[in-house]
Amino acid sequence: MSTLLQRLIAALRGRGAVIGVPYLWLLVFFLLPFLIVLRISLSEMDGVQFKDLFSYADGVLQMAVKLANYVFIVEDDLYIATYLSSLKYAAVTTALCLAIGYPFAYFMARARPTLQPALLMLVMLPFWTSFLLRVYAWKGLLGEGGWVADILIALGIDQVLAASGLIPSEGKFMNSPFSLVLGMTYTYLPFMILPLYANLAKMDLRLLEAAADLGTTPFKAFWLITVPLSKAGIIAGSMLVFIPCVGEFVIPELLGGPQTLMIGRVLWDEFFSNNDWPMASAVAVVMILLIIVPLAVFNRYQAEAAEARR
Amino acid sequence: MNTSAAAAGAQAAPAYLQIVDVVKDFGGGAVAVNHVSVDIAKGEIFALLGSSGCGKTTLLRMLAGFETPTSGRIILDGQDLAGLPPYLRPINMMFQSYALFPHLTVWDNIAFGLRRDGMPADQVTERVEAMLKLVQLGKFAKRKPHQLSGGQQQRVALARSLAKRPQLLLLDEPLGALDKKLREETQIELVNIVEQVGVTCVMVTHDQEEAMTMASRIAVMSEGRILQVGAPSDIYETPATRFVADFIGNVNLMDGTLAIDEPDHVVIDCTDCRHYVGHGITGTLGMPVTVALRPEKVHLSRRKPADEFNTARGTIREMSYFGSFTVYHVELPSGARLKVSEANIQRHRDDALTWGDEVWAHWSRASQVVLTQ
Repeated sequence: MSTLLQRLIAALRGRGAVIGVPYLWLLVFFLLPFLIVLRISLSEMDGVQFKDLFSYADGVLQMAVKLANYVFIVEDDLYIATYLSSLKYAAVTTALCLAIGYPFAYFMARARPTLQPALLMLVMLPFWTSFLLRVYAWKGLLGEGGWVADILIALGIDQVLAASGLIPSEGKFMNSPFSLVLGMTYTYLPFMILPLYANLAKMDLRLLEAAADLGTTPFKAFWLITVPLSKAGIIAGSMLVFIPCVGEFVIPELLGGPQTLMIGRVLWDEFFSNNDWPMASAVAVVMILLIIVPLAVFNRYQAEAAEARR
Repeated sequence: MNTSAAAAGAQAAPAYLQIVDVVKDFGGGAVAVNHVSVDIAKGEIFALLGSSGCGKTTLLRMLAGFETPTSGRIILDGQDLAGLPPYLRPINMMFQSYALFPHLTVWDNIAFGLRRDGMPADQVTERVEAMLKLVQLGKFAKRKPHQLSGGQQQRVALARSLAKRPQLLLLDEPLGALDKKLREETQIELVNIVEQVGVTCVMVTHDQEEAMTMASRIAVMSEGRILQVGAPSDIYETPATRFVADFIGNVNLMDGTLAIDEPDHVVIDCTDCRHYVGHGITGTLGMPVTVALRPEKVHLSRRKPADEFNTARGTIREMSYFGSFTVYHVELPSGARLKVSEANIQRHRDDALTWGDEVWAHWSRASQVVLTQ
């Protein structure tokens, strides 16, 4: 017993402690709460109390797992539509962030070394103001009389957006898919740029010279060399944007509208309007599963790639 | 001497690659390449040899098209390369530490240039297979570069740069990333492959052994200029300047004055000895000159030699044993050190020279080079 304790103490020193502390943190503040949420999602309500999953009476151990909430989610079109809609908006946001962020990260990584810290600073500058305030500011910018709205109207962009159904009518930008995606893209862009920049900055530029030497134009070399070699950065950036976007609540609440169903808002409604905690918990668990499954597949692929490299 | 050696090389064959008065000025005071002119014949392996920062790599990069000359012309087979971007030049380069594409297999690395030229797939296959055979890497075609050893990567890089059958092959420190033993083997193998393909080749190296083993001619560069061009033996045995003599191999440099100047011999008085040189030089009596004497051309003995010239007395102060030969540092009366290398012909000699021994050094009348620059 004492040797086991000694071993445990030994393991917790040095490397063990460094790895152990964040593990413990995540265990206490992430895994345990998640298990509680999972438990609630499977519980029967007894007035304002949750019934225990296990009950013991007269020598009979009973386990009561209520799956009705999950069944309801699967059967109800609204939930499925909301999940799909969340995934869609997250995907569109990720694609836009990549389209805007990649060229930005690319030119930042290729800029003069003296200029790079300043550019990096500009990317991180928005973090100095609260995220909530910045999203709120878009209400003013896109609302009636907002100067961004005025410019868009002057350029005739509102007609295009209205024609494609991204805004409810010409001149009205707020509470539309357009304003939602704009807000999410704006907010999450730095999370795309930073991993891409880190990846592109360490790229060996002689590979591009080698490609040119072998008869490749700079444009082709970009697609044949730079893009494949920045795959890890693209994946990391996309994950950092996509995952929080799926469950995003604040941006759809402030900038979204009746058209833009997002699972974060449904969750909020279940918890605070309907006060149906088991249902809300079930919605949350399904959302986490939706995100974790592709992430786990990706991790497995990465681990296999790393294994192959050894 | 300098110009005559360069001219002798140029006469050997009609120029295939002409570098005409090329200057590269990056600004900021230093000129990387300073009025360099050299002609290189078809099929030659030509080495640019110099220490880091001498401009050899800049010159190579101008040939590849990665740098634009400030002035001067580069002409390959009659075609002026000015304004031609790297991807349009019939030149391929083997990069220092190879620059293999890490995300592509060996096969795809070699095929990369061929595909860019729009070569039909069956011809690509044929050419890549031939290249893999040439560098004996057939088994490794499906591997990624990081799964190969340094020597194998080097061969992939060579195959990739030869696959397009370039008119000119550039090698940037081709063996710099390999360890000594492997480097010696690879030097000969690389020359064999290049000669088999018959491509004209310009290589850059800071390693004189590499230049000497591989190149048919060497240009010694320093501070952006070519100091001497010639065959490896010319550069070693007939250095044109003090710098070249000192840069290539080991040398004893002795300052002296011209005492006797005859058409068939000269005598030079130095502090510790009198040199009798068995050939005439252009100079005037009393002019200061430097005598260059290679350590392996000096012999040591315990007895005083009969010759009054080409001999010096001293004490052994240092000994470095290299296996096949030993280098002795002999302190001469003036305090100067004379380096002498003696081949170790016998094992464990009883009368072997050692620290503190008084010795006589002597050398033949054909062993010195008189430097007036």
